[in-house]
Amino acid sequence: MRLNGSEILVECLKEQGVDTVFGFPGGAVLNIYDALYKARNEIRHILTSHEQGASHAADGYARATGKVGVCIATSGPGATNLVTGIATAYMDSVPMVAITGQVATNLLGKDSFQEVDITGITMPITKHNYIVKDVTQLADVVRKAFAIAQEGRPGPVLIDICKDVTAAVTDFEPKPPRKPRKVHTSIAEGLIEEAAEAINSSQRPILLSGGGVSIAGATEEVMELAEKAKIPVTTTLMGLGSFPGTHGLFTGLLGMHGTKTSNLAVSESDLFIAVGARFSDRVISDVKRFAPNAKVMHIDIDPAEVGKNIVVHYPLVGNIKKILKLLNGRVKKREYSEWNKTIDRWKEAYPLKYPQDGTLKPHYVVERIYELTKGDALITTEVGQNQLWAAQFYKYTSPRQFISSGGLGTMGYGLGACIGARIGRPDKKVINIAGDGSFRMNCTELATAVEYKLPIVIALLNNHVLGMVRQWQELFYDGRYSATTIDRGTDFVALAEAFGAKGINVTRPEEVDAAIIKALESEDTPVLINFEIDRDDKVFPIVPPGAPISELIEE
Amino acid sequence: MAKHTLSVLVENHAGVLSRVAGLFSRRGFNIDSLAVGVTENPDISRITIVVDGDDYTVEQVSKQLNKLIDVIKIKQLDRSESVSRELALIKVNATTTTRSEIIQIVEIFRAKIVDVSKTTLTIEISGGSDKVAALEDMLKQFGIKEIVRTGMIAIERGNRHIKANNDNEE
Repeated sequence: MRLNGSEILVECLKEQGVDTVFGFPGGAVLNIYDALYKARNEIRHILTSHEQGASHAADGYARATGKVGVCIATSGPGATNLVTGIATAYMDSVPMVAITGQVATNLLGKDSFQEVDITGITMPITKHNYIVKDVTQLADVVRKAFAIAQEGRPGPVLIDICKDVTAAVTDFEPKPPRKPRKVHTSIAEGLIEEAAEAINSSQRPILLSGGGVSIAGATEEVMELAEKAKIPVTTTLMGLGSFPGTHGLFTGLLGMHGTKTSNLAVSESDLFIAVGARFSDRVISDVKRFAPNAKVMHIDIDPAEVGKNIVVHYPLVGNIKKILKLLNGRVKKREYSEWNKTIDRWKEAYPLKYPQDGTLKPHYVVERIYELTKGDALITTEVGQNQLWAAQFYKYTSPRQFISSGGLGTMGYGLGACIGARIGRPDKKVINIAGDGSFRMNCTELATAVEYKLPIVIALLNNHVLGMVRQWQELFYDGRYSATTIDRGTDFVALAEAFGAKGINVTRPEEVDAAIIKALESEDTPVLINFEIDRDDKVFPIVPPGAPISELIEE
Repeated sequence: MAKHTLSVLVENHAGVLSRVAGLFSRRGFNIDSLAVGVTENPDISRITIVVDGDDYTVEQVSKQLNKLIDVIKIKQLDRSESVSRELALIKVNATTTTRSEIIQIVEIFRAKIVDVSKTTLTIEISGGSDKVAALEDMLKQFGIKEIVRTGMIAIERGNRHIKANNDNEE
């Protein structure tokens, strides 16, 4: 079959089962968009307002579905606008293929119009990237890119395609997609025995479930281990939903904004079992005083994470699901112990709480969203206080339910991700819990949500400040509120309506339920609810920078 | 801090070196020297990297390098189990009075004179880093105009070898 490069690209996307791409056209991708036009009945192209929105949407789509998210942009500024989205996906191990146009091969390296070295720029934030200068290489590159994005620890791959390649014609032979290679997991029997023995003989174990558990689909295995040996379970931000937030053994988040119970439990534990987590500084804080009495067991697919940030006594590297199965076969059943009872006492003594003064509280809003969606919605977040309130006060029970920029902390992430998540999971209610600072960064994607008739809900927790930074300024900078007041009179309800979405204003707690119910009833229009909250509502607990996680500020 | 020698087999195509070098700089690893060249298989290049750091650093370097798609195999070479060499070209001032003394030193080091002019001698030396440093030290007194060094390359002793496809030892 004789096809041009653009047609080959489209054929290869179809080979991979891609039916949705997010993007924004431009000069260097004109041929690609021509091929997409011809294939519009097989591949749905979602046109965003901005390439960054496309990258976050592809990311949200991937996180919600587990499939590879695909985004397309033109050369130069189109490509650089994807960069934040690619870095976000890289930090959170999200499978993504980003396709960028590039100037023609004869113009490369000449500072041509809209030329930028995007493979150079994205080298540190992709698993791998390619520049394609020869049409005969294109099909294999696309196939390899999809395999790499999914294999082992997933991540983004970028393919930069020169414009002449998108027009050049060559033979094309369809191939079934190569199955992503399974990571070779061969752990010495002795290591597994040793690890199981460590669990069996521990008095005060605790398990940290990270994002890797959701990615690996190992939630059942984590559950089995926890229930069998009665191990309390905490999660990272990325791990929310990998262990049900409603479960009796769940202790809440760990780390900087972890619950006092989780942070105390880890500090007191004699065995710390981290599964699919990478010991981020936001979890361990002061590494020297983290879990000081514990042996550390680390189960992860990425060998480079083991021993990177903390000394590990029981390293188990490979497919988490497999390793947990091996462990579960050797771990002994245990009764509810004194340790479990201690943790229950902490849970009772130190619940997550917030001031009850009759005013509208963001925590309350999130709680009501939880109740009114029966805990079944997909929640995306922006970054900052909104993200942590969404993490603390919604009980996540399944993986891929909480979609948030954990590693990079990308403000402006949520709306794009929300759009992508809803397109990937049209059967679900998808709610973006947002703050006004983050939301304003990329609110232009409201136009996209309106165009594609997505009944998403934006729960805007509007405090007119950059709340998280303000909170730090109050606690650690003597209240010098440098550049964090953004009370600029933006009428977000009118803004939503200007885009063709619906807007609802809420100022009192009594209005919350009706607004959420009304928003959830929308069938084909996005709804923004503007919740007017106080600028001094804070995220607690918080571990001050440099302190051990057991020393947290509770209010 | 000790010096460690890593032999890295990589795909021989454009951009690989910048991936490797970029990884070192962004993760804060110090490269002492780096030498790259194609192997007996033209599709594969071999990079010899001398890293300055403790065992933790070397382990991290190896693990992070292993994550690069273009990296095929990494092996840390044991100093006593391998032969290492670097090549240097040294241009040194030479007058009629000093020329013969320089030539004597060159002979002692089994180095070679590769170019001569009325005022200079250019010397080629290969050997371990210590040997090159020792010659440099001896030539300093005459005034060194220029030095170029390749960075170290190393190969295992005996019949051990690093291959892309089979396991690294036979």
